[in-house]
Amino acid sequence: MSKLMEWVDARLPISDMIKSQATEYPTPKNLNYWWNFGSLALFMLIVMIATGLFLAMHYKPDAQQAFDIVEHIMRDVNYGWLLRYLHANGATFFFIIIYVHILRGMYYGSYRAPREILWWIGVIIFFLMMGTGFLGYVLPWGQMSYWGAAVITNLITAVPVVGEDLVVWVWGGFSVGDATLNRFYVLHFLLPLVIFAFVIVHMWALHAVHSNNPDGIDIVDEEKDTLPFHPYFTVKDLYGVGVLLIIYCWFVFFAPNAFLEPDNYIPANPMQTPAHIVPEWYFLPFYAILRSIDFLGSFSKLAGVIAMVGAICILFVLPFLDRSPVRSFRYRPLSRSLFWIFVANAIMLGWIGYNPSDATAFDGALPLIILGRTGTAVYFGYFVMLFIVTAFKIEKPLPLPKSL
Amino acid sequence: MVIEAEENRRDFLILATGAVGVAGTAAAAWPFIRSWSPTADVLAQATTEADLSALAEGQMITIPWQGKPIFIVHRSAEQIAQAKEADSGSLPDPALDKDRVQKEQYLVLLALCTHLGCVPQPIGTGDFGGFLCPCHGSHYDTSGRIRKGPAPKNLPVPYYAFKDDHTVVIGKPV
Repeated sequence: MSKLMEWVDARLPISDMIKSQATEYPTPKNLNYWWNFGSLALFMLIVMIATGLFLAMHYKPDAQQAFDIVEHIMRDVNYGWLLRYLHANGATFFFIIIYVHILRGMYYGSYRAPREILWWIGVIIFFLMMGTGFLGYVLPWGQMSYWGAAVITNLITAVPVVGEDLVVWVWGGFSVGDATLNRFYVLHFLLPLVIFAFVIVHMWALHAVHSNNPDGIDIVDEEKDTLPFHPYFTVKDLYGVGVLLIIYCWFVFFAPNAFLEPDNYIPANPMQTPAHIVPEWYFLPFYAILRSIDFLGSFSKLAGVIAMVGAICILFVLPFLDRSPVRSFRYRPLSRSLFWIFVANAIMLGWIGYNPSDATAFDGALPLIILGRTGTAVYFGYFVMLFIVTAFKIEKPLPLPKSL
Repeated sequence: MVIEAEENRRDFLILATGAVGVAGTAAAAWPFIRSWSPTADVLAQATTEADLSALAEGQMITIPWQGKPIFIVHRSAEQIAQAKEADSGSLPDPALDKDRVQKEQYLVLLALCTHLGCVPQPIGTGDFGGFLCPCHGSHYDTSGRIRKGPAPKNLPVPYYAFKDDHTVVIGKPV
């Protein structure tokens, strides 16, 4: 065996690679459980690609057949129900994990120098995930699939001058139809592979600059401050996978439709929109931002789209908005308060996005649209405030520890 | 020793090769991009005919045209009066009711909300006696004009022509 490895290593240094990048890869010893979510995301990506691949062996992207094919997978295909529920709920858990992963980066300043490019690749992966999630939701060709696709593709018409022609090009027709379903299926198959490629670059960038840690300070002494990745963090990551599987499988087996919409079990009907369209839950905060811009007359549509896309794009400039000399919010009391307001506000926006646009709270006293506009302002306000309290040195960071 | 003529020649060759490469790639990409546009058989579904003889006053039908819903409303006198009354008011997307119908009693609309393309609910569901889009709360009046909500424009009136007194053809034959 060792003879064989010697032969391989002389030609492709696999052993060195495994040693330096995996087993003996130096990892900060103080990583807490929030650092599990990166490996959990990778685990979910693999689950999604595996289940998706096998679902693809039964699915047909045909407007006449797609809805029935999904029922065929559920009823006739051996373990088809399991593959589909793993895939549908897998999207939910993938997004929960990625949201925690992003928020962890925001809290501990993982986007700060020298990790900007690592962070940007992550934001690109997030964009690709949203695209893939949207495309996948169209495939069952139920009412929510169809009208979700109609509403989202119609956002393209907000593009000045060429919008109307562009959307016809995307549809391959004059409305969402057979041609649209077919190309969406192909793209839904392709994008996860693109995500996988970006994940490799994400890990390359990570291993070039190494992990941040809860204290947000640099490693001074590798001997004292780090532990080899194996077995210390392989075991910890495996423990995380175990916890994830318990919760994920509980939903798959006991509440498989908890995150799905009943209306999507009605076949797509281009002549009738359901009374209340909701996107998948993981788009809800952004959907609320889109809907909250309705006070600019004929400019509202474009402005809403810009606000929605801007809500994610602003993450690209986050590394430059935060001017604090300290990375981790552990030592930044003001930033920490802003952060938790941001998180609470994002959850509130999600709830607003879930409700009909004309809904009210407190027995009609407060139209949700008002709350939605406020929430949108607070969302963007976080980034502005973070800049103000750090650039003008309003925040006095607490003293940092000397080492991990 | 640097021969200037040689240097210039090399620069030119690099530039020319680059230009041909970019133009060639763009030209090669065009068929791929165009393959996404509507196909010939989709384009061929240009017109739809509807028989309105059975459509009584106050009734409304939805018919598909190019995969999109068309509302045809046989408006009552009251609904027509309501539409005309609003002509003089301030409208987000000003248009006169008479310019939006060929025969006063028949209102023909492309029933896709100009906000994000949902199908509005039937006439009488919205404020102003018209159509309510359930998705984001746009209200259209009895002439299909936007009155309230996030939609920027009136519901479009598709090209149509009356073949005879009670048969309408939606769309232009290609």
